[in-house]
Amino acid sequence: MHDATVEETHAEHDPHATYTGLDNVKLAMWAFLGSECLFFGALIASHLLYRNRTGTGPTRHDVYDIPYTSVSSFVLLMSSLTMVLALAAIQRGDHRKLRIWLLATSLLGASFIGGQFFEFTEFVHKGLTLQTSPFGSSFFVLTGFHGTHVAIGILMLLTMYTLSKLGKLDPFSEGAKKVEMVGLYWHFVDIIWIVIFTVVYLFP
Amino acid sequence: MDRPLRKRARSKLNYVVRLVALASTLLLSACISADAPMNYLYPEGPRAIQADRLWDVTFGIAAFVFIAVEGGLIFILFKYREGKAHGSPRQIEGHTKFELIWTAIPAVILTGIAFMTVPVIFDQAREPADALQVEVIGHQWWWEYKYDNGVVTANELHIPTDRPVYLTLKSVDVIHSYWIPKLAGKQDVVPGRINHMTIEATKPGEYLGQCAEYCGLSHANMRAKAIAHEPADFDQWVADQLEDAASDASVQEGEDLFMTGVFADGQMCVACHAVQGSDAAGIVGPNLTHVGSRTRFAGSMFEMNEENLKAWLNDPPELKPGSKMPQLNLTDEQIDDLTAYLLSLK
Amino acid sequence: MAMVTTPTPWFLRRPKASHGIWSWVTTVDHKRIGIMYGYTAFVFFILGGLEALLIRAQLATPEGKLISADLYNQLFTTHGVTMIFLVVMPMGAAFFNYFIPLMIGARDVAFPRLNSLSYWVFLFGGLFLYSSWFFGGAPDGGWFGYAPLSSSAGFLPGDHRIDFYALGLQILGVASIVASANFITTILNMRAPGMKLMKMPVFIWMSLVVNFLLLFAMPVIAVALFFMTFDRTFGALFFAPAGGGDPILWQHLFWLFGHPEVYILILPAMGIVSEILPVFSRKPLFGYSFVVFSGAAIGFMGWGVWAHHMFTVGLGPAANSAFAVSTMFIAVPTGVKIFNWMATMAGGSLKFKTPMLFSIGFIAMFIIGGLSGVTHSIVPHDAQQQDTYYIVAHFHYVLFGGAIIGLFGGLYFWFPKIYGKMMDERLGKIHFWMMLIGFNMTFGPFHILGLKGMPRRYYTYQAGLGWEMWNMLSTVGAFLIAASTLVFMHNWVKSKRKGEIAGNDPWDARTLEWTIPSPPPEYNFAVIPTVTERDDFWHRKYKEDKKGRPVPVPVGGSEEHSEDAEHDAGHGIHMPSPSYFPLVAAIGMPVAGFAVILHSWPLGIVGTVITLAGFYGWVLEPATAEEH
Repeated sequence: MHDATVEETHAEHDPHATYTGLDNVKLAMWAFLGSECLFFGALIASHLLYRNRTGTGPTRHDVYDIPYTSVSSFVLLMSSLTMVLALAAIQRGDHRKLRIWLLATSLLGASFIGGQFFEFTEFVHKGLTLQTSPFGSSFFVLTGFHGTHVAIGILMLLTMYTLSKLGKLDPFSEGAKKVEMVGLYWHFVDIIWIVIFTVVYLFP
Repeated sequence: MDRPLRKRARSKLNYVVRLVALASTLLLSACISADAPMNYLYPEGPRAIQADRLWDVTFGIAAFVFIAVEGGLIFILFKYREGKAHGSPRQIEGHTKFELIWTAIPAVILTGIAFMTVPVIFDQAREPADALQVEVIGHQWWWEYKYDNGVVTANELHIPTDRPVYLTLKSVDVIHSYWIPKLAGKQDVVPGRINHMTIEATKPGEYLGQCAEYCGLSHANMRAKAIAHEPADFDQWVADQLEDAASDASVQEGEDLFMTGVFADGQMCVACHAVQGSDAAGIVGPNLTHVGSRTRFAGSMFEMNEENLKAWLNDPPELKPGSKMPQLNLTDEQIDDLTAYLLSLK
Repeated sequence: MAMVTTPTPWFLRRPKASHGIWSWVTTVDHKRIGIMYGYTAFVFFILGGLEALLIRAQLATPEGKLISADLYNQLFTTHGVTMIFLVVMPMGAAFFNYFIPLMIGARDVAFPRLNSLSYWVFLFGGLFLYSSWFFGGAPDGGWFGYAPLSSSAGFLPGDHRIDFYALGLQILGVASIVASANFITTILNMRAPGMKLMKMPVFIWMSLVVNFLLLFAMPVIAVALFFMTFDRTFGALFFAPAGGGDPILWQHLFWLFGHPEVYILILPAMGIVSEILPVFSRKPLFGYSFVVFSGAAIGFMGWGVWAHHMFTVGLGPAANSAFAVSTMFIAVPTGVKIFNWMATMAGGSLKFKTPMLFSIGFIAMFIIGGLSGVTHSIVPHDAQQQDTYYIVAHFHYVLFGGAIIGLFGGLYFWFPKIYGKMMDERLGKIHFWMMLIGFNMTFGPFHILGLKGMPRRYYTYQAGLGWEMWNMLSTVGAFLIAASTLVFMHNWVKSKRKGEIAGNDPWDARTLEWTIPSPPPEYNFAVIPTVTERDDFWHRKYKEDKKGRPVPVPVGGSEEHSEDAEHDAGHGIHMPSPSYFPLVAAIGMPVAGFAVILHSWPLGIVGTVITLAGFYGWVLEPATAEEH
């Protein structure tokens, strides 16, 4: 099966065809992630502006449970490790290990989302909603968009898993490249979370 | 170039600069005659004059640059048009010295403009000493004024001459922008924020203004007016305004309607409007205590007279799109009575 | 490589139509996508122009009664949104699409299917916005959608007009981000061998800067629009002053996007003009590196001037001073460009063909817009100018006198390449002069109206303020522009049908796109060229004598040779196959937009599923059509 992305890179015929030496897909991915930086940058900056605008609603000290969120952050961080292992597996051509690590990464990501869902529920019980205060609005929209990014990441991981299972993931370089791109995205989303956790939760 | 020659060249340049500045000023004033009441190139207040001086210098420079560059462009187009025996053009890729010169010259000019501008920015932001304090509140689509001496009025800002007036700007709904062009530049009126601006008039008279930030359907109908009085006249105006509304037996029907009448959909005048010295204490619409003494009404849209007021009461949203004053389905008789009452509130 | 063991299911087979409507719907050819971008943008140009004519007709006389306040507010909002997001931006994208690959010596963009996705998302975004006219009215909060007027319910009539604005721009933003990643990759990675960065045509440089600006500016407005949608739809409090939100945050986010956006609109035209002037001056661009670096400098400095749109907001004297100074200094690289263009013409042999006229018109008008821009930076006087017609005059001189006139120049310049025929010179010149005169008649008076205190966004004005004559003059000018556009359309249609045959290189031009046949074959270059010089094609045609004057390379040189090679080599080149899936993925987006407006979860799921299905089909479809 011909890989669909091959047509889109002239690199196929001549490995030195790209001018920067970077693969097209990878370059575009980096560009996209650069764009995402501004997206999250604007979200985080807006949240910082509003973190003390709590009105009569709860403040961040009332709602944040730092140990809890630390654990879920650790879970997400670990998923980056399993992602690295997944990429290493396909680069060796080991599809069984690839699937194990992809699944592990998805599960860790899903636990994070589950944790976030639970956290949101807790916050709502404590009286913080999207409509409570600018603090609430900016908190939920920022972390919600991050959660959406994780969810899309999980979808991509499971797609890779299915492709591998069906034997439609090119066993060699092209397949590895796809996993690498998913990995780039996944690591990026993790790093953004580290920033959010530090700036939004830990920063006094 | 020997010295006298250079000197002569410089004086020639000086002459050209002056000529250009004069010509462009003449041209501009031909286009922008003083008869336009909102024209801010003929300022009347100290702050507007200060801004206008910056403009005069900048415009002069811009006009000179305009003529020099567009003139240069036209010269090049004529001189180097095809067929004028220049032969094949030399393939010049660039010239670093020229590049540096035409990077540096604008930079120097702009630095000059910056040095001229920044002190004025800071100067105009300062609160003047001994200012009259007035709170200006923007509503969709009219202006409310609350003086530190207790006067509450709408649309027309009365000020004494030769005394700075420090405005505190607030909005109850959306962003507006308060602007009396001849007296000062505009300042936005932002809900949830408090802004300030200073205006001042040196001559008594009426100065027109408008809301300058798009604020919805009747943005164009949110007009303002500043009326400057000699200080003694201003004090008299304040004293008049502070008096309670006079009660006049000849307009009793109208007053009763105003105070107790219930109209379409249960609407009442007093739900929105206040008349000092009566039970009417609504705060949504303009305070009407001395409405009869104002020259205009409904966001300064209409001249205050019997005919206009009757037309307005007959159907406000028809005359002013989106008007918060609703259609009350008044009878002609009710309109006559209310009009008589309102006009009596001098 | 093709180890197909099972036949591809029917819905994954790649479409094969090479003629007719389906071939356009499924195309991934950058040239066809460029043409679709161009025609779509032109249709929106007509719509935006008609909106402008209605506005001008209403304002021709004081107390105009032609249209209501409500309709007027919809018209000026839609006019602005249309001209910016649906005309100038996509017209720029049309040129990027068609000419980036041709000018860098590539056979297509880096991601042909993403390119097609960008177009369809753009088209559906535009149609989504315009569909608002049929669902309770078009957006009426201004193109700048200030909070809380636009972000809170109840301040404007109509329930969903602003939702169409917020979601429509969001969809258009997706198109822009996807396209920018694609073009950046194309320019950085796919240049012909030897085309180092400093040998790229200036148009390519400006495209690169624009696409970086898009890449970084669109996510910022995406965040602002999301906040707005959350405020409006889910009761969030981002911009609601009553709930503690700050409406000024919207302005910061909007203008942080909005100012780079200005350069997104103007830089493509600057790039086009930088290509046209050397061709018709028969001289290389003067100070190439200064023009390139000033473009990049504008790209960087454009991020540091946003608050000059907010001088009257009350940011305080320190912030106002800082932004005043940065605004003054962004005029420096702009000035550098103008001087270099003039120096390019100086000493040349100027041929006043239509593209050249438009380029000169661009320079002449842009000087005016640039100078009035400098006067905005003197803050105390900007407090007078702000929100008056003086500002409207300024940005029309920059965006119409600049961007639109520059883009028209590009259309005249490259029409022969796109269709293989020449445009009619006489009609072109009539178009130019009518448009230039009409333009100055329309927007010149705006300066005076503004200085006489006429505010923007007024559906009506009183008599006696000294505005009557200038408004009438402006309205007459607007109809002259409209008439000139009809001349252009007539010329376009006529020249396409029976224009003179153009040949490869009708202008004796300089860059790679002129080395190949007109119109270019699907694969563009039979043999990927090797580049040794800036303006490589010129240097293949001309050597320089001792005085630096061009001397033709003897006949039988490289040009004919390469043409022979094209005829031989064209057959073996495989181009990417067409695909349905970009279209499918794009359709889901307006569906999801309607879901938000109707508060309908099922419709939201339908939209998401359609888009996901598009992407899965995209990943799974085979690389080429199966051969039978």
